[in-house]
Amino acid sequence: MVFNKNFSCLMIGVAAVGFLAAAPANARVDGDTITLGAAVSLTGKYSTNGKHTKNGYNFAAERINKMGGVKVGGKSYKLKVKYYDDESNSSRAAQLAERLIKQDGVKYMLGPYSSGLTKAIAPVTEANKIPMVEANGASRSLFTKGYKYLFAVLSAANQYLEVAIDLAVEKNGGKPVRIAMAFEQDAFSQDVRLGILDAAKRTKSKIIIDDKLPKELNDMAATLAKVKATKPDVLVVSGHSKGALTAIRQISEMKVNVPMLAMTHCDASKLAKQHGKKAEYALCAAQWHKSLSYKDKFFGNGMQYDKEFNAAFGYAPPYQAAESSAALLVWKGAFERANSFSTEKVRDALAKTNMQTFYGNIKFNSAGANFAKPMVLFQVRCDGGKCANKVVAPTKWASTKLVHPIPKWSQR
Amino acid sequence: MDLLIFKAPILIVQASLDGILLGLLFALIAYGMALQWGVMNIINIAQGELVILGGYIAYTMYQLGIHPAFGIFVAPAIMYFLGWGLYKLVIYRVVDRDLFISILATFGISILTQQLMNFVFGADVVVAQSNFGTTLLFDDSVTIPNSKLFSAVISVVAAIAIILYMKKSKLGRAIRATAQNARAAKILGVDTEKVYAATFGLNAAICGIAGSLIAITFTLHPYVGLPYTIRSFMIVIIAGLGNLPGVALSGMGLGIFEEFADYILGTEFRIGAVFLLLVFILVYRRFKLSRKREYLE
Repeated sequence: MVFNKNFSCLMIGVAAVGFLAAAPANARVDGDTITLGAAVSLTGKYSTNGKHTKNGYNFAAERINKMGGVKVGGKSYKLKVKYYDDESNSSRAAQLAERLIKQDGVKYMLGPYSSGLTKAIAPVTEANKIPMVEANGASRSLFTKGYKYLFAVLSAANQYLEVAIDLAVEKNGGKPVRIAMAFEQDAFSQDVRLGILDAAKRTKSKIIIDDKLPKELNDMAATLAKVKATKPDVLVVSGHSKGALTAIRQISEMKVNVPMLAMTHCDASKLAKQHGKKAEYALCAAQWHKSLSYKDKFFGNGMQYDKEFNAAFGYAPPYQAAESSAALLVWKGAFERANSFSTEKVRDALAKTNMQTFYGNIKFNSAGANFAKPMVLFQVRCDGGKCANKVVAPTKWASTKLVHPIPKWSQR
Repeated sequence: MDLLIFKAPILIVQASLDGILLGLLFALIAYGMALQWGVMNIINIAQGELVILGGYIAYTMYQLGIHPAFGIFVAPAIMYFLGWGLYKLVIYRVVDRDLFISILATFGISILTQQLMNFVFGADVVVAQSNFGTTLLFDDSVTIPNSKLFSAVISVVAAIAIILYMKKSKLGRAIRATAQNARAAKILGVDTEKVYAATFGLNAAICGIAGSLIAITFTLHPYVGLPYTIRSFMIVIIAGLGNLPGVALSGMGLGIFEEFADYILGTEFRIGAVFLLLVFILVYRRFKLSRKREYLE
């Protein structure tokens, strides 16, 4: 009997192993479905942006499937995304990437939300030679490690606010400016800082305050008091949503007058809505804005994307959703150009991507970063009590003229 | 090293005022922690989360169109019962146990509270607008946000009210008796179970008040509770248990020290400098204690 019991256990074990081993063979292309894998943050501190990422992916997959799917070898395939919740935790994200690749047999990956989590997943996809198109990791360090299987549809973090410095110099009659800056101590914000350092060097501008805000800090009063005392030409702040909201709250409370205020994460933090008129005239960097005139045949243009996304999910798409949708369009293009499911062939096709989507032009450099799309700057502008983001740079897409210098608090 | 603060001496005034106002708010949270620690011998790791939860109550009122400053009345009322419930559910099981077990239990409560807040209120960073305006001093060169002023005043008023309550009321006396000697208090007819539950509730109520103040002075997010826990822990460590003026003084002292560290060493060393100070104070204490012992021998 003991033998029997052991034997049946063994058989169950063998069956389970066999089942697991058999699964990968079917998973990458199963019948007429191509499965892409993604670990996104559905819970934890990134869950809001994780949701935008997932909705962006789903919205595009659905649209591509509805419009004929992906054509490979004369046959039409549907796209499907297999998700896991990475709990906004980087070690969990790396585990899940491993699981998607090793257990579920996924051969094509989509990125998670945030630079930190993308950095955790990239070594896994790279080691397994699985191509990943990511839409939410902008940190420069992703593109300096020589990754061959990583492709990012968004502009790198150091490009976020360089435009603002150029704009400040332009407004100063081409003369160098004095810059005060405060950046949170995390990968992304420090990359934005490096971009400002480059821009300052290029324009011979002087950095007079260079504060690095500890992650747990929610008080910028000391930095702002220094800004008040030194009167710089431009103040640059980056520290995710918390940094943006804290900065505006304290700048308005401390009546800090600066001619130009440039920030990141204005739309993620709903700055215009939460702070209203206090946020007016803040300049914000964004990857995308609905008013840009890029086009593609799946979503039309940004305005149409905005409208249809709103109808599908009940809220206006932030750029995190738009760039996620763009990642799916890149996958479709690559499959069709490779005309194969071989990961190597698809990777090579991805590397040769050169296309326009509603989100912007996409062309990768040898490090996998998209260099064909500039960042946009918008300025928070209020009409009565209603505040909205209006594009002011690049001038090609500007929907309103930049207000510079920012009126003093005593005149607002 | 940045010497801007010495070039522009008005910044010394600004830094000191900012430090004092910030310190008083932190001292209120630390007071709740000291109370609970002293009475129940529980270090509450979830202190920061209770504060943030109090903040979300004020934020919810703000969403409903009520001025968030009224949160200082509503949040403590709700939080008191929540604290009472938490005691009956979890804390009573660990109250007489090893300190380590209570740290683990409250750590669990902290994670659970974070996730629940994330689930209910979402992962966005939010602010409640008080529109209290700004007080300008010295020809506009020193600015004091009235919301911070309001927070500091309410913190002081709340602390005084609680001190009076502890001195005058029956429950206050029972809490103090239990803190001194729980067994003796029990023998003399104090229902220590009830005292513990009330203490935990009282601490949660204090967190409720502090949270409402944070909602109008800083930002709220389900995961920003830990810095408040650590800060209040440090204040209590420096002040010692059962030393209320000490808590207020050490709160303000730490606040001022932190602001000056920011100006002189740079923002990136601000929090590090505070920890360094803590290490020095602990080493100094140890040194003093060991000398005392030698003397006694």
